[in-house]
Amino acid sequence: MTTKGYYGNWGGAFIPEVLHETFKQLNLAFEQAKGDPTFWQEYKELMSTYSCRPTPLTCADNLSDHFGGGRIYIKREDLNHTGAHKANNVMGQGLLVKRMGKKRVIAETGAGQHGVATATMAAKFGLACTIYMGEEDVMRQRPNVFWMEKMGATVVPVTSGSKTLKDAINEAFRDWVSSMDDTHYVMGTVCGPHPFPEMVAWFQSIIGLEARKQIINGFGKLPARVYACVGGGSNAMGIFQGFMDDKDVELVGVEAGGHGLESGEHAARLAGIDSSAGVAQGYKTMFLQNDDGQMRDTHSVAAGLDYVGVSPILTDLWEKGRVRFESATDKEVMAALDLTMKKEGIIPALESSHAFVQAFKEAGDLATDQALIINMSGRGDKDIFTIAHAFNDPSWKEFIRKKGEEYATD
Amino acid sequence: MQLTDYIRKRREKKNILLMTHLVLGYPSFEVNRQVIRQMVENGVDLIELQIPFSEPMADGPMILKANQESIEAGTTVKDCLEFAAEVTAAYDIPFLFMTYYNILFKYGVEDFFKKAVAIGIKGFIVPDLPPEEGAGFLQLAGKYEIAPILIYAPTSTDERMRELAGHARGFIYCVARRGVTGKQTDFDKDFNLYMSRCRQATNLPLAVGFGISNKEDVDFLTGQADIAVIGTRTIRLIDEHGAAAVGPFIAGLK
Repeated sequence: MTTKGYYGNWGGAFIPEVLHETFKQLNLAFEQAKGDPTFWQEYKELMSTYSCRPTPLTCADNLSDHFGGGRIYIKREDLNHTGAHKANNVMGQGLLVKRMGKKRVIAETGAGQHGVATATMAAKFGLACTIYMGEEDVMRQRPNVFWMEKMGATVVPVTSGSKTLKDAINEAFRDWVSSMDDTHYVMGTVCGPHPFPEMVAWFQSIIGLEARKQIINGFGKLPARVYACVGGGSNAMGIFQGFMDDKDVELVGVEAGGHGLESGEHAARLAGIDSSAGVAQGYKTMFLQNDDGQMRDTHSVAAGLDYVGVSPILTDLWEKGRVRFESATDKEVMAALDLTMKKEGIIPALESSHAFVQAFKEAGDLATDQALIINMSGRGDKDIFTIAHAFNDPSWKEFIRKKGEEYATD
Repeated sequence: MQLTDYIRKRREKKNILLMTHLVLGYPSFEVNRQVIRQMVENGVDLIELQIPFSEPMADGPMILKANQESIEAGTTVKDCLEFAAEVTAAYDIPFLFMTYYNILFKYGVEDFFKKAVAIGIKGFIVPDLPPEEGAGFLQLAGKYEIAPILIYAPTSTDERMRELAGHARGFIYCVARRGVTGKQTDFDKDFNLYMSRCRQATNLPLAVGFGISNKEDVDFLTGQADIAVIGTRTIRLIDEHGAAAVGPFIAGLK
């Protein structure tokens, strides 16, 4: 990092003046927390008692044998409380909120996992909570909306723009510019203005720290490759940080290929050729935008990957060649999900399944004495409606039909 | 600098100046044209032309909608520049560009300045570009003599205001309250204190915007500010009553 908040050419803090003091205060609180060893101790303690950290590293024997190459290990962030890696960041920021003395939290959410984690944290810490969620995502991630509301959060469907994650981020900022005195914005990913990318990466680094120890204990040496899906990039940054200095470990980020990179309907910022440098949502990175700088509509079956920008830290690592970027299509994702359920009895989220796709493509290239790790960023239960629909499952459809009839007479 | 001189000279004759705002291409360039004519004919002193951006983070629902509908209707940056050239040639008041940084960044910041000079634009308002990120922008503003309008907010400390004053030219845009554009502002004692803090931090003229919607608001600002900024109110007016309503509305503010 050269200048504060910059990673090579990327990052920064492009914020409206009204938030200048708020960011000053947030930077100060974050720097103090980082410099205070008791803070990280408190964080680890919380994550091991309120959640299930360390999460296991599972050796997927059946999948490994199926592909007949390297041993496949799965880092089980699905077993984290609320079912995804999102809780790592949220509980960390929750501790910061307590230190700053704020009474309310707001957050954006795409797949709803970050929203659920934030609502959970707010319930536990006694904070008021508002979640902004694109209308399209509210429709496709209904179970998470239900749980957020049950935990006491207000879920605001965002109807502007593409009605997805980027629009939810804009709305959260619009709330924050009036409410900053008592409200903290719990940014859910390693994007946005400094210090968010650094802060979220710091909390998520717990994944990589654990995974490195676990693979050495379980497999006896470092993996050849580590795979993670990349939306904003927080789970990827989390696991990659554990292996950043291990030059022989190849780091692979997998973006949403949607209907294919040539279709224009995807969310591949770094794996494709459709993005260009830009400044939006408070930071500088590679965005999917047109020649005028207007953001384009993105597409992915996975709401959590359906985003125009990407972490400035990852863009820097991409530019420097430290992280390789690939993409997985919606179709490939369903096939990988199906295989993982059948072979291992594990249900990865649609987002996480992108990482599985790429790992499956490459597992056969590795020798049997090599290992690869897939970061399973979350569980697929939340996607039951989307997955059942994609499988065109007859008994599920029958169930929904019956429920519909039952409610119709209410 | 020429923009500041213009404001001071104009203020010798008027107690307060009016700056209006419109989103280019919303609802259409033709309506923009009619609206600007009425604004100028009814004594508006400066006009802010907002080049639409898909992610207008600092704007409230009304201007957000205007940005998005303009883009959806096909408005390009090139269209906006051509339209701006037309109105700066037609009217003898200063026009400013308001937009978000990505529009300049993608165009090429220096090319954008060159183009703006050629068109005769007098200042830029870029709400998501604080001076910490805008060193190059500020340098180019000096080189091309286009006023970089910086923003004060009620949350700005005295120290911060002085720091911003060191980079600003033309005038300072004082945001009347927290939040985004388009909501009513309470002009109370806290506001008077805020304005006196703004006044102490800079010798530049002060414009006040956000939530200014009627004659009472403009009267209240007279004596405290040099320029009252009318934004969302005229966009709403045009949506509800058409472009012809703008002239009488502006005339009624004085």
